[in-house]
Amino acid sequence: MGWAIALHGGAGNIPLTLPPERREPEEAALRHCLQMGTAALKAKQPPLDVVELVVRELENNPHFNAGRGSVLTSNGTVEMEACIMDGICKEQGVETIDPSHFITPNNIERLERVKEANRVQIDYTEPIQKEVEKQTPVADGDSQIGTVGCVAVDIQGNLAAATSTGGFVNKMVGRIGDTPIIGAGTYANRFCAVSATGKGEAIMRATVARDVAAIMEYKGLSLKDAADYVIQECAPRGTAGLVAVSATGEVTMPFNTTGMFRACATEDGYSEIGIWPSV
Amino acid sequence: MGGWAIAVHGGAGVDPNLPHERQEEAKQLLTRCLNLGISALRSSLSAIDVVELVVRELESDPLFNSGRGSALTGKGTVEMEASIMDGSGRRCGAVSGLTMVKNPVSLARLVMDKSPHSYLAFSGAEEFGRQQGLEMVDNSYFITEDNVEMLKLAKEANTIMYDYRIPTVGLDTCSAVVESPLQMNGLPISVYAPETVGCVVVDSEGRCAAATSTGGLMNKMTGRIGDSPLIGAGTYACDLCGVSCTGEGEAIIRGTLSRDVAAVMEYKGLGLQEAVDYVIQERLDEGKAGLIAVSRNGEVAYGFNCVGMFRGCATENGFMEVGIWE
Repeated sequence: MGWAIALHGGAGNIPLTLPPERREPEEAALRHCLQMGTAALKAKQPPLDVVELVVRELENNPHFNAGRGSVLTSNGTVEMEACIMDGICKEQGVETIDPSHFITPNNIERLERVKEANRVQIDYTEPIQKEVEKQTPVADGDSQIGTVGCVAVDIQGNLAAATSTGGFVNKMVGRIGDTPIIGAGTYANRFCAVSATGKGEAIMRATVARDVAAIMEYKGLSLKDAADYVIQECAPRGTAGLVAVSATGEVTMPFNTTGMFRACATEDGYSEIGIWPSV
Repeated sequence: MGGWAIAVHGGAGVDPNLPHERQEEAKQLLTRCLNLGISALRSSLSAIDVVELVVRELESDPLFNSGRGSALTGKGTVEMEASIMDGSGRRCGAVSGLTMVKNPVSLARLVMDKSPHSYLAFSGAEEFGRQQGLEMVDNSYFITEDNVEMLKLAKEANTIMYDYRIPTVGLDTCSAVVESPLQMNGLPISVYAPETVGCVVVDSEGRCAAATSTGGLMNKMTGRIGDSPLIGAGTYACDLCGVSCTGEGEAIIRGTLSRDVAAVMEYKGLGLQEAVDYVIQERLDEGKAGLIAVSRNGEVAYGFNCVGMFRGCATENGFMEVGIWE
């Protein structure tokens, strides 16, 4: 047991040929956010505060698809969504309480971001088709700069998760994805905290984040086995990745896409930053 | 296969002092909607078509809190939301923040069938509805006298915690926590009765579907989204079952109520009624809610942990029941 933290900057078809100048800023950002989150946990800040401050940092970084740097709707505007959930573990047999906050796209923020959006380079990602999944090879750059998220647990087993996104390129105005939906992109209870990323519609229909916790609870699987099961069996290949921590300080970061920008650290000194599957 | 089955609801959490005429009106509406669904099922319409047409009927009737007759926002306007899910393939569609679409559930269906997405909201959703040729009306169409009065009461209730006008007779059978007027969503139930509507169906091919529609919370902030349009919270359907929930939105969201019915069936192997009971007992903590559910085997079930739920259910073998109380 001990604290643990994991964060992601999106799962998708990140080509192995991603040039260093595209890769390095993101890796640096992940490292920086991991350090921030780790320092906060060491300073005994509650996981809910930790995930918020880490995701804020990721939102402020224009290399990720959240806050500043959000991808554009079909109208060339930015519409963001985010979610945070607190899975409180109280002692002495008190019932678990999970206050959750659901934030809808905020029109005022949207106006502010439009000005910044004019400075954002348009992502080359293909818009996701409903019926047919097009794996069109992209000429350059990553195929999907993704959603960001963070999960954390402290020594007492208090868990929290947060996810934030600009959605995907050329989405219809008003489109809401999995990110702000409790149980889809974000979930935390007394078993684990989960933040998912990938193709929103697939994550919603598979209730990815909730299912990791449900499988741990109802089938007794470990965090890693539950997360692997959901990623391998419940979401089609190429659609999802997640980061998760358990109440006992374990961490896992599975994905069924080409890559996922991710980082994690645990109290016993383990840490990892990566993009593609670690062989 | 066990044949078709259908259930409808008009909200969990009912004022025990609801006048008798209102209770009768509600039962008549539920019966009418049930019969509509039953004849559609007998004509071999698929589950997804049946849930849509039944919820459209509930939306068009001003009695419950959806479509016409929706609860009002703090500004006196109507903002509606709905979701629909097709168990085969778990396709889903949801909408929020609608002010002009006459039948929100039909827009949710179009989002599912005709858009690349699963959830659209506010102006983007209404624009899509317009493009698809859906019937659009003025926001005033949805507003009823009853609800204008209700909004006034709600605003007063927000400044004084309890309404001294609500008689406390007959509350001894209610929740043990309450010692003054029955509360839901933190305020007197006569004002905050959810009355969200929903329908779940399994057709004779064993396909399940679910749909939920609402105007949301009386006196809500504009932009507030509840559980009804959230897949896994207010609505869920998969191979095993179809579920629609109603009650305190926050409790339903954090309990991922509708998904959990299916999850305990899938991961714990519980039967439909067991799963419904388990979720109502274990997943709500202090929250008050209810749900209706059908399974692919033609079973129907419902459960609620509050005082009353407007509901009706029927199965192919002739069973039919409409009720409000325990």
